[in-house]
Amino acid sequence: MADEKRKIRIATCSLAGCFGCHTSMLDIDERLFDLLKMVEFDRTPFTDIKHCGPCDIGIVEGGVSNAENARVLREFRENCKVLVAIGPCAITGNVPALRNNIDLWDCFQEVYLYDPGTEGKQIPNDSELPLPFDKVYPIYEVVKVDYFLHGCPPPAEAIWKFLTDLIQGKEPEIDYELLRYD
Amino acid sequence: MSGTITIDGKTVPFTGGQTIMDAALEAGVYIPHLCHNPEFKPHGSCKLCVVEANGRNVTSCTMPASPDMVVINDTPELNEDRKALVQMLFVEGNHICPACEATGNCQLQAAGYYLHMQSPRFMHFYPPRRVDASHPDIFLDLNRCILCELCVRASRDIDKKNVFGISGRGIDSHLVVNSESGKLGDTNMTVTDKAAHVCPTGAILIKRKGYTMPIGKRTFDQKTLREFHLEQQKRVEPKDGPDGG
Repeated sequence: MADEKRKIRIATCSLAGCFGCHTSMLDIDERLFDLLKMVEFDRTPFTDIKHCGPCDIGIVEGGVSNAENARVLREFRENCKVLVAIGPCAITGNVPALRNNIDLWDCFQEVYLYDPGTEGKQIPNDSELPLPFDKVYPIYEVVKVDYFLHGCPPPAEAIWKFLTDLIQGKEPEIDYELLRYD
Repeated sequence: MSGTITIDGKTVPFTGGQTIMDAALEAGVYIPHLCHNPEFKPHGSCKLCVVEANGRNVTSCTMPASPDMVVINDTPELNEDRKALVQMLFVEGNHICPACEATGNCQLQAAGYYLHMQSPRFMHFYPPRRVDASHPDIFLDLNRCILCELCVRASRDIDKKNVFGISGRGIDSHLVVNSESGKLGDTNMTVTDKAAHVCPTGAILIKRKGYTMPIGKRTFDQKTLREFHLEQQKRVEPKDGPDGG
């Protein structure tokens, strides 16, 4: 009974993203059962584990928009042997980075004070809220990233191909048809 | 002057005045490019088409072919350089593919696919750039401009309107509009102008036409940049057809 082959351990998280990449991960559908034969999940929204322990593969969706994002990203880098940026928010900043050319304070005022539909009109200032950064950063500009998986979100096929390549210890290869920046 | 050159060992004929790019495209040999379009005078700015000709690196769209020239084009080294150029173009502007109407029809994006660009490699600039929506039918979004000057050439040489120009130097180079206000709405540009339809990215867009093509049917869902450019060449030929060209 001993010597059961250790399963590959995977952690995932979504920073400044929309959870679309995570939704696409679930779109591998029944192959999730095949995946679970090969891997076990550490911290991920699927398990609700709050902190990342030592892992083989870390998959990060979303860019770095605030102090909490940076903390989580560093925790992933420290604990994961291989770190993967999934989706354009993690790779380029994407739509959240549209605010990068707007002064942060102007941005807050526009959203919480000036917008005609706003009630209460106050800028949130609770100590529980993470401090926002001046810009949204792609994750490779904060920590070293080993692989990039494109697509907004990457199609389930691309995620499956990418993950199975990695799990088998191969260099992940994404065909022309599956390489999409949108 | 005419004769033959070889490109990656393949013999390619050329006629007087033809560049390496002209001869290659006519023979169906693909040299990746972005700022070149066979309908216009070559510009040589994007540098994607750099090849090794007789041992020297030259832009194939501006270098005249000469007899027995030996051209090296499709090598891992040159394609890596081309990929690096595309990566630089991506980080130098604000290219947010998922939020761009040109996505799927964009040649910059297709160059990334063709050269298998997997990472941004360089730090993003996030430069502050202008969006001009003053024209009733045309958007001008400088976030996506790669300074290929195709709109400049089309407006000057075909439309005879001189609507666009490039101003500034180095990293400050930017597209300008030739009107007192600097706004596109104050020019005589119309939606039927050639300049409105040559942008390889989403910097010049026709209003009310966005996302009309479903995913899967867009240009680069169906073909590679190579196929697109070789077809583009066929549309321009024949220069010396039955009508004398």
